[in-house]
Amino acid sequence: MKIVACVKRVPTTEAIAKPTSDGQGLDPAGWQYMLSFYDELALEEALKTKEKFGGDVTVVTLGPSEASKEVRECLARGADNGVILKEADPSTRDPRSTAKALAAKIRALGAELVFTGRVATDRDHAAVGPMLATYLGWACVSEVFALELTETGGTAKRETEHGVESVSFSLPAVITCNKGLNEPRRASLKGIMGAKAKPIAEEQPEGVPNQVIVKKVELPPARKAGRIIGEGAAAVPALITALRNEAQVL
Amino acid sequence: MATIVVFAEQSKGQARRASLECIGAAFATNAKVVAVTFGAGADAAATALGAAGAKEVICLTGAEPFSPDSVAADLAKIVGETGAKAFLAAATVTGKDIAPRVAAHLDSTLFSDVTGFSASGESFQVVRPWLAGKAIATLTSQAPVLCATTRPNVFAPAEAAGAPTVTTRAASTGGKATVTAVEAKVAGKLDVKEAGVVVSGGRGMKGPEHFGLIENLAAAFGNAATGASRAVVDAGWRPHAEQVGQTGKTVAPVLYIAVGISGAIQHLAGMRTSKVIVAINKDKDAPIFKVADFGVVGDAFEILPVLTEAVKAARAR
Repeated sequence: MKIVACVKRVPTTEAIAKPTSDGQGLDPAGWQYMLSFYDELALEEALKTKEKFGGDVTVVTLGPSEASKEVRECLARGADNGVILKEADPSTRDPRSTAKALAAKIRALGAELVFTGRVATDRDHAAVGPMLATYLGWACVSEVFALELTETGGTAKRETEHGVESVSFSLPAVITCNKGLNEPRRASLKGIMGAKAKPIAEEQPEGVPNQVIVKKVELPPARKAGRIIGEGAAAVPALITALRNEAQVL
Repeated sequence: MATIVVFAEQSKGQARRASLECIGAAFATNAKVVAVTFGAGADAAATALGAAGAKEVICLTGAEPFSPDSVAADLAKIVGETGAKAFLAAATVTGKDIAPRVAAHLDSTLFSDVTGFSASGESFQVVRPWLAGKAIATLTSQAPVLCATTRPNVFAPAEAAGAPTVTTRAASTGGKATVTAVEAKVAGKLDVKEAGVVVSGGRGMKGPEHFGLIENLAAAFGNAATGASRAVVDAGWRPHAEQVGQTGKTVAPVLYIAVGISGAIQHLAGMRTSKVIVAINKDKDAPIFKVADFGVVGDAFEILPVLTEAVKAARAR
């Protein structure tokens, strides 16, 4: 089975947001990067699927050359090869142009199963997976926390506001991965050594013009300074009064 | 007047609150709102969709068992036929699954989880958080159709906008993925994203056996859901669905109560836009107190039962 894991390099949780002077974006100075949390689940599911059905796992990312660090980590965990669709600043791509670039590459690879995270923890769109599947004309199940696969399809579970849905689908398919699906493995020493010899191709992605126009980027209004009402259960009456009269939420 | 198509969810005739808010967001721009819904009871839900601002309601018939790709294709067709300039859905799990597909059919990008939506003539502008709310972006697009999902608890449904025209339309068949079963939630249990009040517990609760105190406080509010920090979800004390934070759910309730949660950046990312934040923590230096409107320092086990009774008494008044 030809399997693809789509992953993204994102700023770490500690990254500080500072709008650029032109107000069109964020200044990345001082940011550290990591593999987006949910994409780790996608990679793990891709590796488990390969172990069960055979085949190979290609890691595809859209990002700068520096993303080779995150791709190399995926190779160390067991992926066979990596592709970087080069984009110096992936934040300038909207979900549509990202999905189209990935779709073109996935088609060229002849993949039949794609795993990606339910959302990337930078722009938080949660859109690329289902968009990608639509451009490919494939089945898609999003936010999957349990998956049973066969050679031709499978059943996936996802939790919605009205309950847990069981979704049956046929291959080819895009699965977006949610917490609970698996526990990502760590790279072994052997894996880390072996990853050095595995290929990472850098390619120019399909040029798809952006549709998004940034009007302005600013910091959120600071929260009004709060206060400590008091200590222990004795503070409860004062808290109730504050919630009722000041905040008017009770 | 611009037309906006809204995907509206309903269950057994009961329109989803987040969908009513989404219709309200569209209605507030003075657009003509066409709501599309499906499922048993869709016709009964139409009245509520109309009151919230929908001028027309289209009920897709035969859309169950539900296939997201089929319904998305139908929605895109309706957008085309009505000449709509925008397509909206609520940023629920279902809405976030459907909207990107509709956007792709329309070859338009998607703005997820918007907290602002406005129009000037037939062009629309959205506001959405970046980096889990650390920055706020005001955006517009050159897409043929502006597609967006609206964050629950941010927009208001219109009040008694009117009675809608209701039509039915046969849903497409032949979906590539189909919902074969739904294990319904415990009746009345609200999702943490949709609840007006969220009571969350962290490591300060000391063990899963003490979360009854969190549940009791939530129950005292009536319209509340229980949440949890990443630490307690990772420890297996609470289910993933309750996790609030950057790698969990982003919530914006009217009232958020954090109990025994220190306030790591990862947690703050998921709840900082709540309207009122209350923190209860025994460590007076915990970072959660920096974002809290009201803080109580002390032992949660002592405070929670007293607070639960006080909330009950206050609500009974």
